Amino acid sequence: MAKPRIATTSLAGCFGCHMSLLDIDDRILQVAELVDFDRSPIVDFKRITARCAIGLIEGGCCNEENVEVLRHFRKNCDVLVSVGDCATMGGIPALRNLVPLEECLREAYLEGPTVHNPERRMPDDKELPLLLDKVYCCHEVVKIDYHLPGCPPSADTIFRALVALLSGKQVDLPYGLIKFD
Amino acid sequence: MAASHPPTVPQICATFGNDPTRLVDIARQVQETYGHVGPASIDAIGRALRIPRVEVESLVTFYSFLSKQPKGRVVIRLCNDIIDRMHGFDQVLAAFTAELGIGVGQTSSDGITLETTACIGLCDQAPAALVNDVPVTELNSDRARQIVRELRKHMDPKQLVTKLGDGNNAHELVRSMVRNNIRRHSDAEGGDNGAEPRIVLSPHAPPEALRKALSISPAEVIRAIKTSRLRGRGGAGFPTGIKWEFTRAAPGARKVVICNADEGEPGTFKDRVLLTERPDRVFAGMTIAGYAIGAHEGILYLRAEYAYLRPFLEMVLQRRRQAGLLGPDLLGKGKHTFDIRIQMGAGAYVCGEETALITSCEGRRGDPKNRPPFPAQRGYLGLPTTVNNVETLCAVTKIMEEGSATFCEHGSKQSSGTKLLSISGDCLRPGVYEVVFGTPLRRVLAMAGAENAAAVQIGGPSGQMVGRDHYDRTICFDDLATGGAMMVFGPQRNLLEVVHAFLDFFADESCGFCTPCRVGTVQLKRLIEKVMAGRGEPADLETMEQIGRTMKTASRCGLGQTAANPVLSTLKNFRPVYMGLVHTDPDGYRRGFDLEGAVRTSETLTGRASIHV
Ligand SMILES: Cc1cc2nc3c(=O)[nH]c(=O)nc-3n(C[C@H](O)[C@H](O)[C@H](O)COP(=O)(O)O)c2cc1C
Ligand code: SF4
Ligand code: SF4
Repeated sequence: MAKPRIATTSLAGCFGCHMSLLDIDDRILQVAELVDFDRSPIVDFKRITARCAIGLIEGGCCNEENVEVLRHFRKNCDVLVSVGDCATMGGIPALRNLVPLEECLREAYLEGPTVHNPERRMPDDKELPLLLDKVYCCHEVVKIDYHLPGCPPSADTIFRALVALLSGKQVDLPYGLIKFD
Repeated sequence: MAASHPPTVPQICATFGNDPTRLVDIARQVQETYGHVGPASIDAIGRALRIPRVEVESLVTFYSFLSKQPKGRVVIRLCNDIIDRMHGFDQVLAAFTAELGIGVGQTSSDGITLETTACIGLCDQAPAALVNDVPVTELNSDRARQIVRELRKHMDPKQLVTKLGDGNNAHELVRSMVRNNIRRHSDAEGGDNGAEPRIVLSPHAPPEALRKALSISPAEVIRAIKTSRLRGRGGAGFPTGIKWEFTRAAPGARKVVICNADEGEPGTFKDRVLLTERPDRVFAGMTIAGYAIGAHEGILYLRAEYAYLRPFLEMVLQRRRQAGLLGPDLLGKGKHTFDIRIQMGAGAYVCGEETALITSCEGRRGDPKNRPPFPAQRGYLGLPTTVNNVETLCAVTKIMEEGSATFCEHGSKQSSGTKLLSISGDCLRPGVYEVVFGTPLRRVLAMAGAENAAAVQIGGPSGQMVGRDHYDRTICFDDLATGGAMMVFGPQRNLLEVVHAFLDFFADESCGFCTPCRVGTVQLKRLIEKVMAGRGEPADLETMEQIGRTMKTASRCGLGQTAANPVLSTLKNFRPVYMGLVHTDPDGYRRGFDLEGAVRTSETLTGRASIHV
C-alpha cells in the first residue's frame, strides 16, 4: 500500500514553524518512513500532486495568494492542521490589524519619516498578491481540523502530533508542550 | 428681579451641599443649565466636591443623558426600540434628518440635537420620542417635520403638546399627550366579565392601607405580606415578605426603602401608568415598607425618561405630607416617621438592576456591585436597604386594604395575585392589562387582539421568545415568568432582526465591567449578522450557544446573565429559522470569509483587480 502523503506550507508566517519541523532532527527519517512528502518547502513542489492525508499550515492569511493556497490545501488534504500561533490566531503579522490597511501602506510607502519614494507609488506590481484588509487566521478562511499552539510549537509537539495522526491514536501532548506560562 | 444669570457650577454644587453622593443630580443640573458637562465643569465639580475629576468624568460618560460635548438647547431623542422600528421609525428618522439637515448625534445650527435612544416606555404609542423631557407619541414623517418647524419658531418642547392624554396625563403638572391605554378584558371579550379583578389598578383611597398597617405591629405587617405570598414584580420574583424580614433583621438603626421606577426593560411601560394614575399607591406602599422594616427614608428612583412626571409626583408627595401620610409623625399616631425623595436617573438600563440602582443613588456611575453583601444587609450608603418594584409596592397597599386572604384568592400557590402586562407590537389593542396569574398566553393574546401572533417576546429582551406551540402556557412565576413586557410579532416579521435589535441594545447597555458580557454581546451580534447575511454555518449556531452559556454562568449581574436569552430562546424555539439560513460549504471553505470584501481596499490602492476573486 502506498504511504500516506503529507503536504506543508508557510503562509503569513516566518518559517519558524517549518524550522521547528526540521528540528525533530533524525526523527525526520522516522517520519519519512511513515509518509511521502508532497508539496512542501522541503521538497519544493508548487502544487499538491496527489490527495494528501495531512496538510500542515504555518501562518495565517495576509494576502489573496495565501487564501488560494489554503483553499487548495483544504480541497486536497483529508486533515488540516494549523501549526503555530500565526496559523491559529494570526500571530505577529496580525498586529497590523490594529491599523487600517490604507493607513498602514501610507505610513510604510509614502509618509514614514525614512521613506524615499519620489514617484509616490504604492507597490502595485502584478506579480505581488493583493494584501487582504487584515490578517485572518486559518480557521476563519477554511475549516481546520486541529490546532497546535506555540510560537513555534516545539519539535516534540509536532512530532508527537504527526505520529498520533498517522497511527490513528489519540495525541498525547503533556502540559509542558502546549502551555507556556 | 436681578438679571438672571444661570447658576455657576460651584453654585450648583453648593445647592446640593457639595455632597458627592448627589453627583448625579449635580451633573444633571449642569447638563440642563449649560447643555453639556464639559471639561471645565468636570474640573469645577471635582474641586467643589473634593473628588478626583476622573470620577466625575467617568460618570458623565456613563449616562446617556449626560454628555461632555455640547448639545443643543433642544434634544430630540427618537426611540429606536424594535416596536418603534416596526411602526415607522425609519421614515420618522428620515424626516427628522431631512428637515433638520443633520445626522443622528449632530446638532443643527439653530440648536436642535438629534439622537436615538433605547425604549422610553411608550411602545403602546410608537413611534415615540422625547423632546427634552416632553414625550411626543404616534409619530409619522409629517408630524416629525412639523415638530421641527414648530421648534424652530419657539424652541419650547412643551408647546408641542396640543392634545392632552387621558387621566392624570392631562393634569396641569403633567400636561402630556401620553395615553394610559389601560385595557379591560371586556374590551375584547364583551359584556361585563365577572372574573376581572383589579388589584394594583383598583382605585385607591389614600389613608386606608397605611392606617391599617400602622394599626398593627411591623412584624404583623411583614407576616401579612408573607401570608399573601407576594413576589417581586420587577422580574426576579423574590418573595417580598422575606426580603423585608431580612432588612428588618439586619443590624443598624438607619435603613432605607427604594422604589425601583427605572422601568428600562424594553417593552415595559406598566410602571409609567401606575406612576401616572396610582402614585398614592406607590408612595403608600413605600411608607408601609418603611414602617415594616424600620426605615425612615425612602427613595423613588425615577428613570430619566419619565422626568415629565416628576413635578406631578413631587406634588403628590407634598400633598401626602400635608395630609400626614408622610413626614415626622405618620397619621399623628406617634408611631413612625417616614419621608420620600425622588432620585432621578440619567439614562442607563443597567441602573434598573438593584445594586447598580443603589450605586446610582449614591451619586456614582451605575456599576452593579458584587453580592453578597445583599442590599438587605448593606445597600444604599452601606445601610440595610429594601428595593422593590413600583407594582410590588402597589400590591402591598391592596394586601393591607383587603387582607392577605383576599389577595390570595387570585392566582396560584406559587404566584398569588395579578400581574400587569405591557403589551405592544402587532396587536389591535396595545396597552396595560391586569391579569390573574395562571392566565394562558392564548387568552392574553386574544384580549390584546393578537390572535395572529407568530412569536411573542415574554419579559422583554432579557426574557424569552415563544411561538405558537407555547400559547397554552400560562403567565406565572413557574411557567412564563415576566416583569411585564410582552411584545407581539406577526408572521410577517423577521425574528432575527428582532434578535439583532435586542443584542444591539445589550451591547450598548453593558456597563463593560466583565468580559463575558462586554465581549459576548458583541460576538453574538456579529454572529447573528453573519447568519442574517446568509454566510452562517451550523457550527456558528453551536458557537452562539456556547457563548450564551458562558455569559449566563460567568457574568456578574443580571444584564450579562440574561443578555444571551434572545439568541438562546430563539435557537431553542425557532431553530428552523436559523437552519434555513446556515449551510456547510462542500469544500470546507468558511462561508463567513468574504474574499471579495477583503481585497477591496487593495484593489482600490493598486488600481488592479484580484485574480482570485
Ligand atoms: C439589567 C436589569 C435591569 C432591571 N431593571 C429593572 C427595572 O427597570 N425595574 C425593576 O423593578 N426591576 C428591575 N430589575 C430587577 C431588580 O434588580 C430587582 O430585582 C427588583 O427591583 C426588586 O424588586 P421586586 O422584588 O419588587 O421585583 C432589573 C434587573 C436587571 C438585572
Ligand atoms: S508561529 Fe511563530 S514560528 Fe510559527 S510562523 Fe508564526 S512567528 Fe513564525
Ligand atoms: S454583567 Fe454586564 S452589565 Fe453586569 S456587571 Fe458585568 S459587564 Fe456590567
